[in-house]
Parts: sequence; C-alpha cells; structure tokens
Amino acid sequence: MTFFFQNLINALQWGSFYALIALGYSMVYGILMLFNFAHGDIFMVGAYIGFGVATGVTALASFGAIVLPKWLILVLTIIISMFLTSFVGMLVERLGYRPLREAPRASAAITGLMIGIILETGNLALLGAQRVRFPTLIKSETYNISGVFVTNKKIMIVVVSLMLMLALHQFVRRTKWGMAMRAMAFDFVVVPLMGVPINTIAAMTFAIGSALAAAAGILFGVAYPVLDPYMGIVFGWKAFVAAILGGRGSILGATLAGFLLGFLEIFVAMIFPSTLRDLIAYSIILLILTFRPHGFFGEPYSARLRL
Amino acid sequence: MALLRVEKMSHEFGGLRAVNNYSLEIEKGQIRGLIGPNGAGKTTIFNLITGIYKPTEGEIYLEGKKITGLPPNQIASHGLGRTFQNMQLWRHMSVLEHVKMARYSRITYGLFGAFFGTAKRQREEEEIEEMAYSLLKMVGIAHLAGQIILNLPYGAQRRVEIARALATEPKVLFLDEPTAGMNPEELIQMMEIVRKVHKNLGLAIFLIEHRLKVVMELCEIIQTLNFGQVIAEGTPEEIQNDPKVIDAYLGKGTVI
Repeated sequence: MTFFFQNLINALQWGSFYALIALGYSMVYGILMLFNFAHGDIFMVGAYIGFGVATGVTALASFGAIVLPKWLILVLTIIISMFLTSFVGMLVERLGYRPLREAPRASAAITGLMIGIILETGNLALLGAQRVRFPTLIKSETYNISGVFVTNKKIMIVVVSLMLMLALHQFVRRTKWGMAMRAMAFDFVVVPLMGVPINTIAAMTFAIGSALAAAAGILFGVAYPVLDPYMGIVFGWKAFVAAILGGRGSILGATLAGFLLGFLEIFVAMIFPSTLRDLIAYSIILLILTFRPHGFFGEPYSARLRL
Repeated sequence: MALLRVEKMSHEFGGLRAVNNYSLEIEKGQIRGLIGPNGAGKTTIFNLITGIYKPTEGEIYLEGKKITGLPPNQIASHGLGRTFQNMQLWRHMSVLEHVKMARYSRITYGLFGAFFGTAKRQREEEEIEEMAYSLLKMVGIAHLAGQIILNLPYGAQRRVEIARALATEPKVLFLDEPTAGMNPEELIQMMEIVRKVHKNLGLAIFLIEHRLKVVMELCEIIQTLNFGQVIAEGTPEEIQNDPKVIDAYLGKGTVI
C-alpha cells in the first residue's frame, strides 16, 4: 500500500507537468482550431527563461547585498518568467499564426513545427550545446509519512500547478475575456459584433498558454535541474496526446488527461520494466481513443461558421 | 433624413452579379420587409449592409455617416444589430451569458474584480443582469436565463438571438428569417415579439422573410427582390397585387 501511495505522489508530480502544458494546447485549439505544435518548445523556452531569471535575480540580490530568501526568489522567478514567456507566445501567434488564420490548417501545423525547430536551434545557437543546470532554489527536504516519502519539492510542484489550473478555470469562468474565449470556440462572426476584439483575445490565449508552459518549465527545472534545448519535444508530444485525450478545447479535460498520463506512465513503470513504459502507456491511450476518438470532454464533431 | 440609407449598391461574386443597383431608405421606427424567392440575394444584401461583404459599388449611410466598407464590428457599434438565418449561438453558454456578451465593451472590472468580487464588479454585474432580464422578459424567455443553449427548444433559441442583438442597443435591427422552421403557433408568438420589441424600444426593423403572411402583417413597406434586383416596392396591399411579384413567386404564365 505504501508502495502505491509512493507512486501516486510521483504520478501527481509527473502529471502536473503534462496537465500544465496540455492546457496551452487545448486553449489555443479551443478558439483558433489549430494545434500550436511549437508549444512543447515554448515549455523549453519557459524553462530557460526561468533559468535566466533565477540566475539574474540571485545575482542582482547579491550585487545589491540584499538577502532574499530562496523561496522568494523562486516565486519571483515563476512570476517574471511566466510574464516574459507570455510575450514569446504572443510573438509566435502574431508572426506565425495570425497571417495563416484563413489558410488550410495543415499550413498552420507545418508553421508550428518550424517555429519549434527555430526555437530549439535558436537556443542552441545562443547558449551552446551543453546542458545548463537550473539553480537550486529550494533545499530538498524529505518527510516520511508512515512509510511514504514525500519531498517538499513535490508538494510545492503539485500545489502550484493546481493553483494555476484553478486560477485559469476562474479566469475563463468569471472574466469578460474568458467569456469571449468560450464564445470564440463557436464562431468568429458574431463575437466581433458584440464589440470583442478577437485578435486581442487570440493573443491573450497564446499568452496564457505560454505562461502556463513556462510555469511547467520552471517546476520541471526545480524537480529535474538539467535543461537542454530538446527537452520540449517529448514533453510537447505527450502533452499534445493529453490535450487530445481530454477532448480538444476542453480545459477540464486537458487537466484530467494530463494527470491520467502521469499516472499511467508511473504505474506502468511500477509493474513492467521501465523500458516498456511508453510503449504500454501509450498503447492504452490508443485503445481509449479508439473507443472515444473525441476524447473525454470533446465534441464528436466541430463546426464553426467562418466567413 | 433617413436613419439608414443605401444608395445604388451592387455586388459581384466572381463574375456573377448577386445584387444589382439596390437602394433602400429606412426611417426611424419603421418596419420594413425584404421578400423574394430563394437565391434572390436577400441575405447577401444583409451581409453587405452589415459589413460581412464589401459592396462592389454604392454607398451605405447610417444616421448620415458613411459606413460602406467598414468592418462588421464597427458597423455594429454604429448601431446596427442583426440575427442570422441559421442561428449563430454559443451552444455551451447560458442564455444570460449571451446577453452579457453583448455588453462586453461596457464591462470595466478587470482581473482583480473578477477574482475577488469587488463592489464594482457587483454593481456592474447587477446592472447587466437587470438589463438582460428586461430584454429576456420582452422576448418571453426570462425563465430560461440560466439554461444552456443546447437544452433549449428551437423557438427559444431564436428569441435568444434577438435578445442578444437587442443588448447591443441597435438603432436598426436586421432580422434574417426570424420565423424559419417554426410551427404556426411559434410563428404567431414571434410576430408578437417583433411587434413588442418595435413598440417598446422604438427601433427600426428590417426583416427578411419567406412567409408572406409575416411581412404582410408586420411591415409598412416591402421590397421584393428577384435575381438581385428590386422588382417591386410598396405597401403590403400594393405588393400583394403586383403582377411582377406574383410572377417571381409563382413563375410567369404558368397555369396548372
């Protein structure tokens, strides 16, 4: 039983990363009907920006001889990096996708893949091929709760992720921008007639998705402090699977599917040899999608008026 | 001066002249109708005036201001509201939210207000809801305010569309076949709603209809369109007895 709970904790942490990234895929798909295939690389960019900000804040504090507690540096890093990465997302939307709004969806998909490659190789050109080490911002402490080992990092990662997801949910439900996003999932014709600037809302969606990916990147850096320019690829694809599994455009679906993916991977690795982990985990997902191709909360068909 | 004036408007799709030399004047508080057989260009005229298409030729003025070629959102904000033939509703949103959306630009509370429920948010939300309920009451669906569109019967969905258009405070309301697909009972209710909206809000209404009964009873002046061209314009009596209208609807010289 302790074995089970131990893995449950690990799965929650692992699922948090997937869920946070999947939300970005799903939100963008929800309103623009395109999958932003550069999103995994935005997660990578977010992690690197986090690395830069954390290093910068630490240096600045020591330069000004201010003693900042490490947790405060982490909080600042998360907030500043989310803010900065949201601009990367908006830039991608503005330069990459907006000119293609009326183009076939395949063109937008290819653009996404190319933007991804540009981000990866751009990073490579900028920082070189060696991996960077994410600064240690919180000292790892392990608690033994009746046989289950829980680290403070894991708790922090899961709690911060859940808080962000809750904040997103509230944003979509309670603000006028969130209301506009939900309406834009259905049409681009009537929504502007209501006085909604749809381009602003589209940019905002990219910004929020990218900010969440940045948060995932930093939390990942806290847990596994080695960053490399290609770290976003596998994560991006797996989170994409989560977005599909949750139902395209569904926020709740993306969250649940992200966690489910985390659970599957961890528990499959618990039972089978870890080399078979992805093979078995993703075969299960393939099976689910065979019976439920539109995912948990997606609509079986999607049609929208575009003029 | 006419509230809405269209001067010699024409539109071509590729080489096809869908609308030819179309003119219109709607006075304040008038109900006007546009009839014509399928494919005559009625909805195209709506789309041209509301800015979805740009006319190839001609000018459109709303309250004396030229609105030709402006994007649809700007034309809407000048005071032109519309509904759609194949309703455009946001299926998973509530009736109340549909009306709220129309108040988008008047919502001023931001993130902080939304998350922490400030007094300002409270006040604005109350104002919007009060307004929304009065509109929903006018179209007879106040009791459905909390429902999701998916759960509503067809007739009620049509009314949501009208309430949403009204919430943008239009000076002219364009209704594209408001009774399409309705049974006789719903049809009579819809006509009452149009009359009530017209009386209570005093706005001008421009109506596309397929059913002659509806336009004949509601409209002061009716235009008949065929092949993108106005073939007759006048009061219901004049239109009813115009041989060109009869030809357009029933075909020329066909006696069965």
